[in-house]
Amino acid sequence: MISKVLPNSSDTYQEPTTMSDNPNQSAGTPGATDVVFRTSDLAVYYGEFRAVRDVAIDVHRKEITAFIGPSGCGKSTVLRCFNRMNDLIPSARVEGKVDFHGVDLYDPAVNAVEVRRRIGMVFQKPNPFPKSIYDNVAYGPRLGGLKKKADLDAVVEKALRGAALWDEVKDRLKASGLGLSGGQQQRLCIARAIAIEPEVLLMDEPCSALDPIATARVEELMQEIKDQYTIVIVTHNMQQAARVSDRVAFFTTEVNTESDRRTGVLVEYDLTKKMFSAPSDERTEAYVTGRFG
Amino acid sequence: MAVSDSTLSSSAAVVRASLTGGKRDVKGMLFALALLACLLLSMLVLTILLWDVVASAIPVFEKRSQGFFLNDLASSPDKAGVSQGIWGSLMIAAFVVVLAFPVGIAAGVYLEEYAKPTRLTNFIQLNIRNLAGVPSVVYGILGLVVFVKGLESVTGGRSVIAAGVTMAILVLPIIIITTAESVRAVPSGLREAGYGVGATQWETTRHHVLPYAAPGILTGTMLAVARALGEAAPLLLIGAITGRLASPAGQSFLDQLQGKFTAMPIVIYGWANNPNKPGDLTGLTFEDLNAAAIVVLLMMVLVLNAAAILLRNRFERRRVG
Repeated sequence: MISKVLPNSSDTYQEPTTMSDNPNQSAGTPGATDVVFRTSDLAVYYGEFRAVRDVAIDVHRKEITAFIGPSGCGKSTVLRCFNRMNDLIPSARVEGKVDFHGVDLYDPAVNAVEVRRRIGMVFQKPNPFPKSIYDNVAYGPRLGGLKKKADLDAVVEKALRGAALWDEVKDRLKASGLGLSGGQQQRLCIARAIAIEPEVLLMDEPCSALDPIATARVEELMQEIKDQYTIVIVTHNMQQAARVSDRVAFFTTEVNTESDRRTGVLVEYDLTKKMFSAPSDERTEAYVTGRFG
Repeated sequence: MAVSDSTLSSSAAVVRASLTGGKRDVKGMLFALALLACLLLSMLVLTILLWDVVASAIPVFEKRSQGFFLNDLASSPDKAGVSQGIWGSLMIAAFVVVLAFPVGIAAGVYLEEYAKPTRLTNFIQLNIRNLAGVPSVVYGILGLVVFVKGLESVTGGRSVIAAGVTMAILVLPIIIITTAESVRAVPSGLREAGYGVGATQWETTRHHVLPYAAPGILTGTMLAVARALGEAAPLLLIGAITGRLASPAGQSFLDQLQGKFTAMPIVIYGWANNPNKPGDLTGLTFEDLNAAAIVVLLMMVLVLNAAAILLRNRFERRRVG
């Protein structure tokens, strides 16, 4: 049915201006720079508790940047600053700057909803909507104003293909997304995220609930789409970081002197190769060689 | 192959002995029995009650047939019927649905989904919880003072309007609490998924949170209506009629709403106080009529609950689908 629709769609389907169909276009967007995110003196508080401090990271375009470190080191917290997801936690407070192509994401004039349309997210636990596979993927584009069925069909197919899920689900697009296996659900979530053609994909431990085969599929997928998206991934799995990422940021926890609560700190941030072969900080070396954490 | 067959079988015997022996869980079995006994006891009591009521009610339905449903209140057990009680109870339920549902659901969603968790919000939630536990007779006093006396020009005094609004206020805290709890039970992953693809708070609430919470909200609201149907104390204070009530025939709907009224629990209460003398024609007593009225009220609540279950199942199917 979709294949029937596709040939006509080329002359009827006007690309909405808010969504760039060609991800490479982002290179041409005015103001686009090679550094997608630049954080400086970033600190996040939950109430009085400082979860992470002194984070200075440059995330480069069309690279996979991995955040590694032990539990509670603030890597997910930092990731959630990149699309204002921390806004959902009422007690969370962000200090310092998170620049996205030079624009401070926490500027009061910035609309968090627009931020999230350009910076998609995949979560630790696969969280498809309790809707059909089709509606899961079509939800974001529909919010963006895409209404015609032919257009939606095309977008859904493209996103599902992009997430390497199309062949497995093309005959049951109307079936519930919750009926898929865990790995398929996570790829459905990736399809849902890329359906609105974001520039960046944030992945918060996307494989921690998956078995090794499903993990391999997702990692493979990340390699396939990295020429189109800038990816930031949080992972507990050092081998995963070594396998997939271009750059690695290593976080750890420090016990505060005034209280015994732990605060996350960024220890080192560099190219993956260097981080795993010749890290300059001994804490990084201890972690990547498995002597700690 | 150092282990010979004989040592294998002898070790198997040892393992068998250790696995099959040991103490049995006597306490656990006694506990399960005790639980079962409690369940059976409560079932037994309910069955006896229900049987007693239904047994006395059946002759009424047989001898009076539709007259029992269509007649007004009267002083003779041969003539008295529950039509005014049914009408009053349905009107009260309608007021609850129209007034308490939208306000209560909206308040519950706001408290849980929009309000910042400040000390004030906690204070308000605590108070709503307490309000849900306030005895219904207190709401009756409120209704008497505010709606019967204070707003007499609108409600018409001791009217079904005053009763309906009072009942709506009575169940409002219940609806707010169940709504807030249903909304709180929505997995945060669902919200994150919505926000993650650029949905606004309204879109996330409307498309994901409310549909997911709908079955729970629905159950709570239906229980609230059932509660409103069964309450007698506030109606007594507001002044529902227990004796004879003029037939509403010929009155406009608004006049009926503002006029004297009764409701099923009040009918039951009133008949329970009537002399237990058999009627000349049917031989039925008010006690028999009362049993029949109880069956009618139970049926109303039952129909409501069945509707709630059907609706909830529909919502839940959609939630999965």
